[in-house]
Amino acid sequence: MRNLLPILTVVATIFALWYGAAIALNAPWAKDKATRAGVELSFSELVADTWSQKKPKLPAPHQVGAEIWKTTGAMVLKGRGFSKRSLFYHSWVTFSATALGFLLGTILGTLLAIGIVYNRTMDMSVMPWVIASQTIPIIAIAPMIIVVLNAVGISGLLPKAMISMYLSFFPVVVGMVKGLRSPSAMQLDQVRTWNASAAQTFWYLRLPSSMPYLFTSLKIGIAASLVGAIVGELPTGAVAGLGARLLAGSYYGQTIQIWSALLMAAALAALMVGIIGMVQRYTLRRMGMA
Amino acid sequence: MVNALQEATGDLLHLGGPKVISAKDLSLTFQTNDGPVHALKDVSLDVHKGEFVSFIGPSGCGKTTFLRVMADLEQPTAGTITVNGTSPEEARRARAYGYVFQAAGLYPWRTIGGNVRLPLEIMGYDKAAQAERVKRVLELVELAGFEKKFPWQLSGGMQQRASIARALAFDADILLMDEPFGALDEIVRDHLNEQLLQLWANTQKTICFVTHSIPEAVYLSTKIVVMSPRPGRIADVIDSPLPRTRPLDIRDTPEFIEVAHRVRDGLRAGHEDD
Repeated sequence: MRNLLPILTVVATIFALWYGAAIALNAPWAKDKATRAGVELSFSELVADTWSQKKPKLPAPHQVGAEIWKTTGAMVLKGRGFSKRSLFYHSWVTFSATALGFLLGTILGTLLAIGIVYNRTMDMSVMPWVIASQTIPIIAIAPMIIVVLNAVGISGLLPKAMISMYLSFFPVVVGMVKGLRSPSAMQLDQVRTWNASAAQTFWYLRLPSSMPYLFTSLKIGIAASLVGAIVGELPTGAVAGLGARLLAGSYYGQTIQIWSALLMAAALAALMVGIIGMVQRYTLRRMGMA
Repeated sequence: MVNALQEATGDLLHLGGPKVISAKDLSLTFQTNDGPVHALKDVSLDVHKGEFVSFIGPSGCGKTTFLRVMADLEQPTAGTITVNGTSPEEARRARAYGYVFQAAGLYPWRTIGGNVRLPLEIMGYDKAAQAERVKRVLELVELAGFEKKFPWQLSGGMQQRASIARALAFDADILLMDEPFGALDEIVRDHLNEQLLQLWANTQKTICFVTHSIPEAVYLSTKIVVMSPRPGRIADVIDSPLPRTRPLDIRDTPEFIEVAHRVRDGLRAGHEDD
């Protein structure tokens, strides 16, 4: 209960600001309509109009809520929860690209980190390239990746996953380099006194030591993966996925559809970060590191 | 010929064992931004089988560095050293010594048993041998029954005992200990010192022990090496007249106090040029 009140206060404040902003942003169009119809709007009529327009500049929360319900829960009730008009379907399409990209990004990031920790040449040379790769706007490079991969006959899930990977490997590299280097000089001396091989030092000491760092990176990485997958859906004119919903919504000025897709993406991100958080808590507690 | 014979018999008479560690004119200089630091300068010392040798001296006297050179964790810049008649590197590769650090350094994700088993897994002992050895050394340090506990469930003293068990698990003849009880309180320390002597008597190992504490050095050792800093060198080597079996109250005997005096004098002499 003690935690509930502050949370509710914040949520209420957000809703109040949102409704207020909806009035301010949608009022010109409401007045415009009234002028053309030759009627005078009272304040309450104006507010009612700004909260119920078909293509508002900023849809009100209940409009977005209704749209989300119409494309999720209502469709499930009708037994068509996974039809191509359902947000569940689009979320699933985006999620599958996100998950594959996240997996590839985690593998790539870990391999690069191992290279950086064990190889002096890579230590001196790779990091600047990794950082440079992240300074390029993903929206600029995404169409290139899709076109190039299409030219070599790869299309569908993989190009989106590659863009996803491009964003998610970075936090993994940074976190894992730090994590694999986290054993103390004493711990490294200790395995040396046992004459452990480099592989043994890695599996017995460095990798387990890096786990807290890995999980922190994974949380950032999965969120970046989702952004990558959505951005990857934009330039292809994809017909499915949350990115496609965003694009279609912006073509036809369907702001309510855009906002419902945005909120769905946020919920998906929260869900994925939450799952990783649970795995993290479980693993680190089992390892005595939490 | 006669000389060699005398030397050999001298060694035998000395403590009845062959040389396990032999350092001659050993020097180690670290190059730092503030110029060279002479961690060790012309250090010569023989450690015989079955001895308990303590290294005592103020910070910077090179006692830990000396131990690390024996363990092949540092490379000397001049002089020679042999461990079991070979180079320290060969001795390390042959797993000739167990090293106990100041911190227990147990892996939190492994049980006590798992931590003691770690070097055995690395060295490729089979499962049955691992289990048997873990059980034996945990009994040796009086930690039987704690095999399935995790390090955080044990006190600092128990953790350090587990780390000693880990160093004993693979039957190295030499035990190198770098201030293993430095971070523990006096009462725990007394208890562990007693246990360590018991363990030394039971296992016949050669022990090199770095410490800051005069009573600890005198209580434990058959030979006390007093070192002094800048440059790190040996100020005095004292062969203890105390018997091998030592109850804790031996620390009140005149012999004990006399040896402690000599150690203190040695430490003071090393500081005269400050």
